[in-house]
Amino acid sequence: MKKVLMGTEAAAVAAKLARIQVVSAYPITPQTVVVENLSDMIGKGELDARYMTVESEHSAMASCIGASAAGARAFTASSSQGLALMHEVLHYAAGGRFPIVMVNANRALAPPWNLYCDHTDSLAQRDTGWIQYYCADVQDVLDAVLIAFRVAEQVLLPVMINMDAFYLTHTSEVLDVPDQIAVDEFLPPFRPDHKLDVNHPRTFGNVCGADLYTSIKYQRQRDMLTVESLWKQSAEEFEIKFGRMHPAVDAYRHEDAEVLIVGIGSVAGAMHLAADRLREDGLAVGSLRLAMVRPFPLTGFLEATATVKHMVVIDRDVSFGAEGIIAQEIKAALAEHRRHIQTDGFIAGIGGKDLTSEKIIGFVLQAINKEGAAVRAGLSLWAEVLP
Amino acid sequence: MNEQPQTERELFIPGHYGCPGCGATLALKQTLEVLGEDTIVVMPAGCWSTLIGIYPYTCLDVPVMSVAFATAASTAAGVKAGLSIQGNEHTTVLAWAGDGGTFDIGFQALSGAVERNDDIFYICYDNEAYMNTGIQRSSATPAGGWTTTTPDSALKIQKKKNIVEVMAAHRIPYAATASIGAPEDLRCKVQKAKGIQGTRFIHLFASCPTGWRHVPELSVEISRLAIQSRVFPLYEVIDGERWQLNPMPDKIDVDRYIKPQGRFKSMTPEGIQRFQKQVDWDWRVLQSRCQSIEKEN
Repeated sequence: MKKVLMGTEAAAVAAKLARIQVVSAYPITPQTVVVENLSDMIGKGELDARYMTVESEHSAMASCIGASAAGARAFTASSSQGLALMHEVLHYAAGGRFPIVMVNANRALAPPWNLYCDHTDSLAQRDTGWIQYYCADVQDVLDAVLIAFRVAEQVLLPVMINMDAFYLTHTSEVLDVPDQIAVDEFLPPFRPDHKLDVNHPRTFGNVCGADLYTSIKYQRQRDMLTVESLWKQSAEEFEIKFGRMHPAVDAYRHEDAEVLIVGIGSVAGAMHLAADRLREDGLAVGSLRLAMVRPFPLTGFLEATATVKHMVVIDRDVSFGAEGIIAQEIKAALAEHRRHIQTDGFIAGIGGKDLTSEKIIGFVLQAINKEGAAVRAGLSLWAEVLP
Repeated sequence: MNEQPQTERELFIPGHYGCPGCGATLALKQTLEVLGEDTIVVMPAGCWSTLIGIYPYTCLDVPVMSVAFATAASTAAGVKAGLSIQGNEHTTVLAWAGDGGTFDIGFQALSGAVERNDDIFYICYDNEAYMNTGIQRSSATPAGGWTTTTPDSALKIQKKKNIVEVMAAHRIPYAATASIGAPEDLRCKVQKAKGIQGTRFIHLFASCPTGWRHVPELSVEISRLAIQSRVFPLYEVIDGERWQLNPMPDKIDVDRYIKPQGRFKSMTPEGIQRFQKQVDWDWRVLQSRCQSIEKEN
């Protein structure tokens, strides 16, 4: 069925289609519409679930963990400061192997206070052990939530579906909303082998010694490394069923590209346009959106970048004292597996600045010509700094 | 999950890692004997999260979930929601937290759960300091008490937080004090709370020989002296409004409670006087609350 929905509404519809059983959430702009809609769906009896109006994001994630441990499918949504407050319990969710799905609206962290897009909130949670997926558009939000639950429950790891503040949360698109029957076929009910069960008493997360601790972490790393291929399998089945592709690595005109523009999130469209226009000018340019950031989709990334000689990475985030986080990720992936590729990182599009194709063309030209408007701070170039 | 367990068995099995004379172990033993097998325990950081045993060993034969320090109430509420949506309304979800995890770091989550009236049973085993990390002050530590962060050179000045009053202010269906020094009273309260829907809270006095600096064999005796001296009176609050005093033994001076405990050894005679005055005042306030309710009834 075709529907016009914003990203937040699409996330709520997806959670409903996934037949979530417990939603526990705390309000924060620009996520709030997600959980407002879910509360209403539950209130009207359209969704058979428990809604927990918790007093903080920390409690939201803690109660999702409790619900998941009891064998229920749990969902929450958050953003920015809220996600930062959750940090401790994000580790518990992943370490406890609870397949929770969370939608995060990527918003800037204070101070200064700002409501607009920035990826540092979720990238700062990179090492919590969550699978991280960054959406290109609103349809991607809806579909990715469904794929996420399937993958999460196969590997028993939580998934964070990220959507850019306002660019996706508050932008309406015409969407294809799948039928419940088709979704039920794609996503079976959650039936974990181990859960809190009075007839089979077990301890969850009990204190343990050094040897076992290491081995448990090793197993988690091994399992996390299977996620790129698990996602691929589920995404392919999703494509067969629903006709839409959601790969972990979303490459465009890359086959013969010498220069590749790399970014995450809703910048994908502007990157495509920029590549098209630069091709018109005779430059072999392609683009690549890392849909998955954790685990790093190494196989897909290496395949898509075989011919590339130069990468222009756009980061809507920064690791202060280093550079853009995605630029670091790219360099780390390349260092082990490839010859040196020139990589120029731009910090841009944060705090409400739009990332247009014109701007991106400017980044590529500056990277090639070694001159342009962006100013250098360490390894990264900042495009929008006041003089 | 929806079937109630069929057999009765010992739920606290030998092999805990607690100190000799640990009041918190007695507290959970007595609690589980009443709650029975149809119980899931949610445990934040605290003495109990280590004395349960090192994985794969455990001294509890019920499902136990070890959770982040601040999340006893919120995780327990999530467990209950998860069970409930699957049709299980019978299992007791017990949040079992120490005073640090209740009075301090877990306080916000507890307040949230109580305000929502989540159907969980929350018991705070109170040993009046962060004992698991090595006897640091909490907001449950009594004024004038020694801990490693309120050493003799800087004894605690602030009064102990009255957690039951705070719970009552939430209009909680059931709140009570209980003590390992009054096991029958404790059992009755656990039984009563088990049958109530909504949030139930018991503030359970659990002496700690290691942190309070008394000999292990005095654990139960110290807890009795706390009741007798009115340092820790036994009472219940129904719906946050009806205060009921439980049968209390004859009153004794706080001296008798203070003297056997090394943590009070630096307390001056004036300090003891102040302590006595505070206890007397709190006792009168409690009595008048309970009496005024009796009159209304």
